[in-house]
Amino acid sequence: MFKQDKYIISALVVAALVCMIIFLTYQTQGKWSYVLTLRGTKIIGLVLIAIAIASSTIVFHTISHNRIITPSIMGFDALYIFIQTVLIFFLSVQEIQSISPTLRYFINLALMIAVFISLFYFLFLRSNRSIFLLALTGIVMGIFFRSMTNFMIRLLDPDSFSTIQGLLFSSFGSISNELLSISALLIFICLVIIYKVRFQLDILALGREKAIILGVNYKKLVFMLLTIIAILVSVSTALVGPITFFGLLVSNLAYLIIKNQNHVNLLVTACLIAIITLLVGQFTFEKLLELQGTLSVVIECLGGITFIWILLRTHKR
Amino acid sequence: MIKVQNVSKEFSEKLILDDINFSLDKGGITSIIGPNGAGKSTLLSLMARLMPLDQGQISFDDLDIKQTPSGVLAKKISILTQSNHISARLTVLQLVMFGRFPHHKGRPQQADHAHVARMLELMELDEIADRFIDQLSGGQQQRAYIAMILSQDSDYILLDEPLNNLDMKHARNIMKSLRKIADEMNKSIILVIHDINFAAAYSDLFIALKDGKIIVQGSVDDVMTEANIELIYDMQVDIKTIDGKKHAFYYT
Repeated sequence: MFKQDKYIISALVVAALVCMIIFLTYQTQGKWSYVLTLRGTKIIGLVLIAIAIASSTIVFHTISHNRIITPSIMGFDALYIFIQTVLIFFLSVQEIQSISPTLRYFINLALMIAVFISLFYFLFLRSNRSIFLLALTGIVMGIFFRSMTNFMIRLLDPDSFSTIQGLLFSSFGSISNELLSISALLIFICLVIIYKVRFQLDILALGREKAIILGVNYKKLVFMLLTIIAILVSVSTALVGPITFFGLLVSNLAYLIIKNQNHVNLLVTACLIAIITLLVGQFTFEKLLELQGTLSVVIECLGGITFIWILLRTHKR
Repeated sequence: MIKVQNVSKEFSEKLILDDINFSLDKGGITSIIGPNGAGKSTLLSLMARLMPLDQGQISFDDLDIKQTPSGVLAKKISILTQSNHISARLTVLQLVMFGRFPHHKGRPQQADHAHVARMLELMELDEIADRFIDQLSGGQQQRAYIAMILSQDSDYILLDEPLNNLDMKHARNIMKSLRKIADEMNKSIILVIHDINFAAAYSDLFIALKDGKIIVQGSVDDVMTEANIELIYDMQVDIKTIDGKKHAFYYT
């Protein structure tokens, strides 16, 4: 059974590499060094986002024993918009622009991680682990954040309003260069930690009681994993803005392909699928259709359809 | 040796366990008996650290369950809980191999495979080892979970109603296997069990709980009297000795 997974993963690796090469070399004009740097940075950005979203979704699914609710469906995008709005609401546009982008990024990140962890810690570890309660609370929180955002936006002057709009729509085409290396480092640290606890993830999938009996320090492990999820989701949201359904799409494709519970295989497959999806999507839009900034809409559409399909299928069972 | 000292447990201000004290020497089979709602499963869950221990102390071979790292305890204690739903899709073999996790930490060795094979054979599962858990009957699932617990190879094995869903033949075979494990491998086995005759036939000691308290405790012969059973269950039974073993007759 595991042998089959190896073939699948090898094929996906090859596909991802082919995508990257096409993305790098298609219709190049002018100096190679310039083209490669420009497109290379773009690829690195897309790969980072793909890995962050795919792995955070899979780990979250394992902790919460479901395959439908993802961190972003839990209203995380709304929280992101809310924090952005609060920042602009209380600071002027000039003040915001006077803060260096790196510092702004870290402030953003720190705020999101703090809110996210406290939310999930209290909701998740104190709610008898009821998925329905968790989902409902997430949806209500999302509504709360959205309403608060709307209220604040109404009070803003036009200048601040246009700044906000620029921040709110996710765009895969315009990932900030200088933030890439910081994000890469954060994601890398998270991945190393996930890799270290990969066997414990397999145990965690058996449920809380079995995990405790088999000697996993349940509370500590879950708290650590929630922190990692918070960092990964925050990094990807801070880089490209909110994308709700992408994680759901790639994780469920991975579950379809990998039929067993081996987390290393699941994580690698989901990440590769995410990379391929983003690269192919971005390439199609940018180079073939010569459009800009609409990839997120298509991905959201596909992911949304997957979401409804999974909901209906689960209901039937 | 198991020591349970001053253990109490409350759920929303209702006292489920009320100052439980007992100690058990290593080895042998102890059955916890008593009516529904007496606190038997709660006691087992507390001992296996599945529920937080708010009041009292529990230790296994002088390892306090609150202070000892979970990974160390996993080699000391294992428990079969009453409900065992697993949402992950696993084969019997994979499930039983997970029982070896405290020993192999994710990388099964030759010895682990050998141990798992022995347990599958003991629980008569070798023919269905490659089937998925969710495709098995209730009794087969129950045996798979018992095999998983046994493959953990812990010194203390707690089983909450292990005979659930099992037919007569498999129930007897499992009790025989448990007896064998207790005698030959010097394991301590603690059962929560409802069939008093099954319990009497295979156990060494009884601990009877009622309303969260220990009301009778002792060797099977001492506990199996008409007066004791009436005290525990509020029900009159005839105790008859057949071939030197006491049996309770309560079917009529």
